[in-house]
Amino acid sequence: MNARKTLQLVALILVVAVAAALSYGPIKQNAKLGLDLQGGLYVVLQAEETPDRKVTKEEMQQVQAIMEQRINGLGVAEPRIQLEGTNRLLIELAGIQDPDKAVDLIGKTAVLTFRTTDGKTVIEGKDLKEAKEALEPGSKTAIVQMTLNSEGAKKFADVTRANVGKPIGIYLDQDLLQNPTVTEPITGGQARITGYGSLEDARRIALLLNSGALPVKMDMVEKQTVGPTLGAESLDKSETAAIIGIGLIFAFMFLYYRVPGFVAIISLILYSVIVVGILTWLHATWTLPGIAGFLLSLGVAVDANVIIYERLKDELRHGKTLRTAIEDGFHRAFTTILDSNVTTLISVVVLYSLGTGPIRGFAITLGIGIVVSMFTAISFTRLLLRSAGGSGILNNKKLYGA
Amino acid sequence: MNMIGRRKIWYALSLLILIPGLISLMLRGLNLGIDFTGGSKLELHFEHAVTVEQVRTVLDNANIGKTEVQLAEGNNVIVRTHPLDQSQRNQLLESMKGQVGELSIRSDQTIGPTIGQELARNALLALLLAAIGMVAYISYRFEFKFAVAAIVALFHDILVVAGLFSIFYIEVDSTFVAAILTVFGYSINDTIVIFDRIRENLRKKKKDEPMDALVNRSVTETMTRSIITVLMVIFVLVALLFWGGASTRVFNLAMLIGVISGAYSSIFNASPIWYDLKQIEKAQRRAKMKAA
Repeated sequence: MNARKTLQLVALILVVAVAAALSYGPIKQNAKLGLDLQGGLYVVLQAEETPDRKVTKEEMQQVQAIMEQRINGLGVAEPRIQLEGTNRLLIELAGIQDPDKAVDLIGKTAVLTFRTTDGKTVIEGKDLKEAKEALEPGSKTAIVQMTLNSEGAKKFADVTRANVGKPIGIYLDQDLLQNPTVTEPITGGQARITGYGSLEDARRIALLLNSGALPVKMDMVEKQTVGPTLGAESLDKSETAAIIGIGLIFAFMFLYYRVPGFVAIISLILYSVIVVGILTWLHATWTLPGIAGFLLSLGVAVDANVIIYERLKDELRHGKTLRTAIEDGFHRAFTTILDSNVTTLISVVVLYSLGTGPIRGFAITLGIGIVVSMFTAISFTRLLLRSAGGSGILNNKKLYGA
Repeated sequence: MNMIGRRKIWYALSLLILIPGLISLMLRGLNLGIDFTGGSKLELHFEHAVTVEQVRTVLDNANIGKTEVQLAEGNNVIVRTHPLDQSQRNQLLESMKGQVGELSIRSDQTIGPTIGQELARNALLALLLAAIGMVAYISYRFEFKFAVAAIVALFHDILVVAGLFSIFYIEVDSTFVAAILTVFGYSINDTIVIFDRIRENLRKKKKDEPMDALVNRSVTETMTRSIITVLMVIFVLVALLFWGGASTRVFNLAMLIGVISGAYSSIFNASPIWYDLKQIEKAQRRAKMKAA
């Protein structure tokens, strides 16, 4: 018996067990669930376009800014609002309590109004020509530069004359965006709003102001809501399926390959910890397809082990010693694993680049899984097998399935 | 195992599934769900047991065109319609509540018709790009003939899945596309492992070993691995299919069929096709030599 190798084997197993135990809590706590697992709302908005009237990037950013503003008030923990392609906006509100209210809110056309302290609407979105963020030449502070059209300029002159020293509220829908105070009558149709922390803040307000002046009609081309009951049910069922699937794999590996099977189980546990850890670190959201992708990637990971062990058995049958059989088995299995995984990765990359939403999540999970599986199968499994083979307590060739 | 000698049997077995599938695909195609055609799908949970007729009556009175009703376990009802806007949908739900009974929404989906067309187009583009990428990689690492044989086996698997889904007229959704693409990426894996063994055995080929014996030997040597690997994936997919809930059933079923077909075509089609391509090349070379 080789004490050093035995110690190494026990230490490696312990490290994996401790890593799995320690990471379980933080991972479970930080795991984000998609709307299919906790309920929620998913909406795709598309700008209405004609062949001679295409939406611009600027306009889409305005739409995005308006939606962010509206959704802020809903109290959703982590809303996802992102542009896709040239004319679409995706909104995902996982865990939202009242999806119908959100749908109504998202579907509205933006209404920009300027109101006096007594609530009277004095200026509307159509009076505004343009708003732009800028740095004030002398002081380098961020401002919003507002230009009104001729009718708006006239109205604005009257209003500011009557309200010197008083604030005029700028509202998007029912939200108060800004409440600047009039310092002097503004007659030229050019106004400046000051008091922003950064140029970024000023830009956000400018976008919102413009949205009132430049509304793009958005159509809801896709909508999906999942009730919380169905979400919880899906989560529950996925967990059961995952436990059964993983249990079957582990049981088979152990019964069929014995010592290497046990090594495979340890390296699959390490594999799972790494993959789930990376996904958590990337703030990935768990969805049903994502879970399926993870479980399928376990299949890929275990396959790398199977390829190695079949080689190992071949080498042992050819009468090699356990040590050389392990080294030669790994060496020969490497190109096989590389070539077979690269071809799979090619389709995963295509799936990711052409897919949307959940399909992307599936591709990411499977892709990360394949890459990590090459690492764990080739380096960690080898390390474990070497220690097991060298320990002297597990060197009956029968234990390796030969 | 005599893989090559009996290859006509293996080809015939494949055609036995492929031809009815292709005919069905041509005659009635796939049963496309609202992800492709556009439409609304509401899954409702009623507090008390309901009948299809009750729901039907409300739908017929709602004046929203063609509709479909399906009862599911646990007082759940699935309703399919043309794309409904928010007010039509709300009205429908109100009359359901009033005339059928108290309900809650389990899921609710509305998809415009353009999204579906894009989905199908993107799927085809993805298949094409993945195929090109794989042919390039396999030609680079192996040789062009291996690439052709592998791709033929892959299209075999996809046609088996699509054909069976068409024959049994199972409704397909966007996850079906993901499943097809995954099968494409997954079953190439099995083929490559076998080809890798052929490549290795070719390198240390003995002079007197004929090509068919070499291919047979390579397939036999990798057989255990092929079976175990597909078994692992089947474990996972069967678990997902039976315990994983209804939302991903289409995906899991398509994957299961595809993976099984993939294992079959890797073992019984890919290598024999490569062997046949090799034979054709040999025959051509011989003919050329004679002509010269």
